[in-house]
Amino acid sequence: MGASNFVEGVDLAFKIIFGISLFFLVGITTVMLYFVYRYNRKRHPQAVQIKDNNFLEFTWITVPLILVLLMFYYGYVAFSPMRNVPKDAIPITVIGKMWVWTFEYEGGKQSPVLVVPLNKAVKLNLHSDDVIHSLYIPAFRIKEDVVPGKKNYMWFIAQQPGEYDVLCTVYCGLRHSYMETKTRVVSEEEYAAWLKALPEKSAEPDGLVILKKNACTGCHSIDGSKIVSTSFKGLYGKTEKVVTNGTERSITVDDEYIMTSVYDPDKDLVVGYPKGLMKTYRGIVTEDEMNKVIDYLKTIK
Amino acid sequence: MTEEKTHHPEPSYLVDTGKYKGLMAWLTSTDHKRIGLMYMYAIMVFFSVGVILGVLMRMELYWPGQQIYGPQAYNGIFTIHGIIMIFTVVIPGLAAVFGNFSLPLMIGAKDVAFPRLNLFSFYLYVLGAAIALASQFMGNGPPDTGWTFYAPYSIQTQTNVVAAVFGAFVLGFSSILTGLNFIVTMHRMRAPGMTFFKMPLFPWSLYATAWIQVLATPIVGITLLMIIAERWLRIGFFDPSLGGDPILYQHLFWIYSHPAVYIMILPAMGVITEIIPTFALRRIFGYKAIAISSLAIASVGYFVWAHHMYTSGMSTTARWVFSLLTFLVAVPSAIKVFNWVTTMYKGSISVKPPFLFALGFIFLFMIGGMTGLSLGALATNIHVHDTAYVVAHFHYIVFGGVGFAFFAAIYYWYPKMYGRMYNIKMANWSFVFLFTGFNLLYFPQFIIGMMGMPRRYFDYLPQFTFGHQLSFWGGILLVIGFVIMLITLFSKKGAKAPDNPWGGRTFEWNIPSPPPVENFDIMPELGVNEGPYDYK
Ligand code: HEM
Ligand SMILES: [Cu+2]
Ligand SMILES: [Cu+2]
Repeated sequence: MGASNFVEGVDLAFKIIFGISLFFLVGITTVMLYFVYRYNRKRHPQAVQIKDNNFLEFTWITVPLILVLLMFYYGYVAFSPMRNVPKDAIPITVIGKMWVWTFEYEGGKQSPVLVVPLNKAVKLNLHSDDVIHSLYIPAFRIKEDVVPGKKNYMWFIAQQPGEYDVLCTVYCGLRHSYMETKTRVVSEEEYAAWLKALPEKSAEPDGLVILKKNACTGCHSIDGSKIVSTSFKGLYGKTEKVVTNGTERSITVDDEYIMTSVYDPDKDLVVGYPKGLMKTYRGIVTEDEMNKVIDYLKTIK
Repeated sequence: MTEEKTHHPEPSYLVDTGKYKGLMAWLTSTDHKRIGLMYMYAIMVFFSVGVILGVLMRMELYWPGQQIYGPQAYNGIFTIHGIIMIFTVVIPGLAAVFGNFSLPLMIGAKDVAFPRLNLFSFYLYVLGAAIALASQFMGNGPPDTGWTFYAPYSIQTQTNVVAAVFGAFVLGFSSILTGLNFIVTMHRMRAPGMTFFKMPLFPWSLYATAWIQVLATPIVGITLLMIIAERWLRIGFFDPSLGGDPILYQHLFWIYSHPAVYIMILPAMGVITEIIPTFALRRIFGYKAIAISSLAIASVGYFVWAHHMYTSGMSTTARWVFSLLTFLVAVPSAIKVFNWVTTMYKGSISVKPPFLFALGFIFLFMIGGMTGLSLGALATNIHVHDTAYVVAHFHYIVFGGVGFAFFAAIYYWYPKMYGRMYNIKMANWSFVFLFTGFNLLYFPQFIIGMMGMPRRYFDYLPQFTFGHQLSFWGGILLVIGFVIMLITLFSKKGAKAPDNPWGGRTFEWNIPSPPPVENFDIMPELGVNEGPYDYK
């Protein structure tokens, strides 16, 4: 049995299309090479001028036409169930944001991995906070774009327990290739237990929620590791070397510096980073929110 | 670039006869043959740059994780690689080089209809390419959107998108004007007795292409301007945070960019259709079927664009309609392949380099086309869309197809262009390396794509490592083949070429190599019972 309910149909369509193609590829290539050998000028010095043949033309229009219509049909048949979600499917909201996936379960609980129960229909409601992403689970043969402002969806029934890759396939900027996570397929009991143990959303401090919501944490870690840019850990109060208007100077990270960095990121650039790497959040993050962020940053020394 | 005079009293087009000498004589020439050559040199330079960028990506992808540069650099490199290869190499490609050099010769004309407009198109091309390249060095760093400039990312990124988009816009005008010029040339300047259905098939393919250039390119022009307007004036066409619709962008972009694939491939098919009869000494099989299939591809090709968007969230109806139409456009390409192969039947075949490349073309184009079928079918597309499988598929079409046809065309018309032969053995070696390297480079990408390797990935999961490493070595072989080819063509003068080295029947083989400035001193004619490919 396939990892999801779609695997069988999709793979059958692949087999039919590849099978017919391989037959023609090998057949035509063989005939072509045979002609090149048999009618080589050494063996066949005088070409025979052959007239066009309408019957042949007709045949090789109709036969490929029938075959491609067959391929279309198998492609359609395996595809159309992907659009018909069963009524009882478990709804999970997927939030795509540069460059992290978040899965929101009923009751607003959030998880960075997609955990689903075995043999149960699951519907993913796709939501983007910024640019277009695309949620791809190769083992399940499914993919759908996550488009800002659009309510796209996909669904599946996982049929094999295990862990599978989840990837992003629409280019979404700097760390597109790191926008990946896992989906874990577990028994129904395990799923219920896991969901219960998943902490409520509000367990996180406001500042951190804002950082995550705006995907600041896509580039700045909160645990000291380096992703793209400096980590937030221990940042507040630290001395940094920055470039202002082309001249280097030392500053201490304080409220004012953090505000400038968010609203006018290219003004004081930390030495070693190019301009334009971070965009301004003016109009996106309010000053009020920024104060909460600063309160939070003070706590992660 | 002077040549001794041929047996012909008229000087060859390579001899400067006008008011300027040397480089200036070329840069100001409105001779279609010189313009064709100038396009060829420019395209070879851009192609080389694109190849180097491609190899740089393959080096970075040799192991998972970061090797020699970071993700921002990678994103910039695949973007400019795509822009260079698409907008400055394969879209102008065969039409600009051999449409210019060979088309008037093949239909018995002294030049194209509007020679000065032709030179102007060339300068627009140079200007557009220069602007696109300048995007790398100005503003906030190289654009990082991919050659598709998808909104809203292309609206929001801080990099220098505007310059690249504007470069593509200018290149579009060059393409439109070239198309217009060729349409008028073919309508008005065919030799006496050459009715439309007696025109050789390379001109036929250019005719179909030219209509796409004229009708489809303005759409992408407008779309690109809309991106610039959106970035500067924050209008809200495409960016949802400004109230726009990002899917609208995709429709507008692909309404041009899918037909653009046919701008690239139709002239390539046309070249192959010339080469096969010449080296088989046999009239082409299915002349009408091939001519009409070009028109069929050009017209049905307009209605399949949304097959690039099956996963974008379109309605189910839109998805299956576009899938069905996509399959219909596959048939005319198949017809051509069958007719090419049948033309070899009972021919008298001489496997010279142009023919070898034509065989390579047919094989690679079949793989490209057949792997396109699973991209056209809905269920299978969902799995492989935007993966390395697509990267392999389009390289098989644009490089295995257009690229190999381009090499075939150079080897075919080179004696006519320069009045010189090249070293046949070396040319065959270049084929061996290019063909082997090509397959080793791109075939593994089909496999890792099927396994789930997304495209435009700077870093990847460990299971894809082996495939990427094979690709790297394929790339190396390919570059070796390309260098051998450049040496064969441009390192030293070969023996003098006869007027008709291959035994071709079309008009260009009846005049001296290289042709005189005015091409024909006695205007050629086709008799009532003569066709373009009549062998005795
Ligand atoms: C040695 C030759 C070449 C190599 C090694 C090469 C390699 C690559 C690589 C590694 C990518 C990026 C794939 C990804 O990140 O997903 C790419 C993308 C691309 N290549 Fe090539 N390539 C070569 C030649 C060509 C040619 C001849 C053409 C066209 C005529 C071409 C057109 C493209 C296009 C359009 C893209 C997509 C760019 C984008 O995603 O925005 N390439 N190539
Ligand atoms: Cu992405
Ligand atoms: Cu297309």
